[in-house]
Amino acid sequence: MIPLSWYLIFSAALFCLGLFGALSRKNAIAILMGVELMLNAVNVNLIAFWHFHAQARSEPYVGGLAFATMVFVVAAAEAAVGLALIISAYRRRQTIVVDELTLLKG
Amino acid sequence: MNGLQIVFLITAAVTLFAGGMMVGARRMMHAAMWLVLALMGVAVIFATLQASFFAVVQILVYVGAIAILIIFSVMLTRRAMEDEGQRVLPGWRSAALVAVTLFAVLVGFLATWQGFNAVLVELPGDAENLLALGLVLVDPQGYVLPFELASVLLLAALVGAIYIAVDRQEGNTP
Repeated sequence: MIPLSWYLIFSAALFCLGLFGALSRKNAIAILMGVELMLNAVNVNLIAFWHFHAQARSEPYVGGLAFATMVFVVAAAEAAVGLALIISAYRRRQTIVVDELTLLKG
Repeated sequence: MNGLQIVFLITAAVTLFAGGMMVGARRMMHAAMWLVLALMGVAVIFATLQASFFAVVQILVYVGAIAILIIFSVMLTRRAMEDEGQRVLPGWRSAALVAVTLFAVLVGFLATWQGFNAVLVELPGDAENLLALGLVLVDPQGYVLPFELASVLLLAALVGAIYIAVDRQEGNTP
């Protein structure tokens, strides 16, 4: 079967890819996509650790699964509100390039 | 090396490749398509972890709902997405440095943990875990409070998204 370390290295790499995308892209939607990738990497980690703990017990163990469910819900809410904000900003400023959204700059 | 390991390695390679192409794609629509491929890869990873329920939820929520939302947003902001010029911020080198450093630190710290090289064996009952998850989510001794809070959060996000994105007349915007 698969070692736990493969999952951990895979999810660390996916998280860092998402982080790079979120930090470096100009387009606000691309930033949100990077955040989605990071949330997915976290979910892979959570479920891998759940599997690691569940195989050590005899009875069913679902703590990690419940945690991953909450991450799914929060990710869905975050995507809905974030994309609504982007569309609202585009409607008012005609741009979603984060360099040009400087309304709060002093 | 057995079949499951080969499936994992191929899926991981495809997912990471899709993630890299997503980050580097010039057109936003291509980036969205690469994101969908990466999310499907993560669903296969969930299936290899014997969390088949989460593989299905991943397809439903991410590939079904969030990807559609993102594609709609890309289409609604079309003029801005035809990138002429730079698609990355000027400080992208430091962003790459942060990401690579974080990866090295994460793997370095995890490698010192004694469970790092543990091998995941097959769980006896996949259906029993799913049954227990369903019960514990509505159990007052379990996770009923986070579950209800998540419902309220989803409702608030729904109302908030509609309120933010609704097309108001220019004259009476607050």
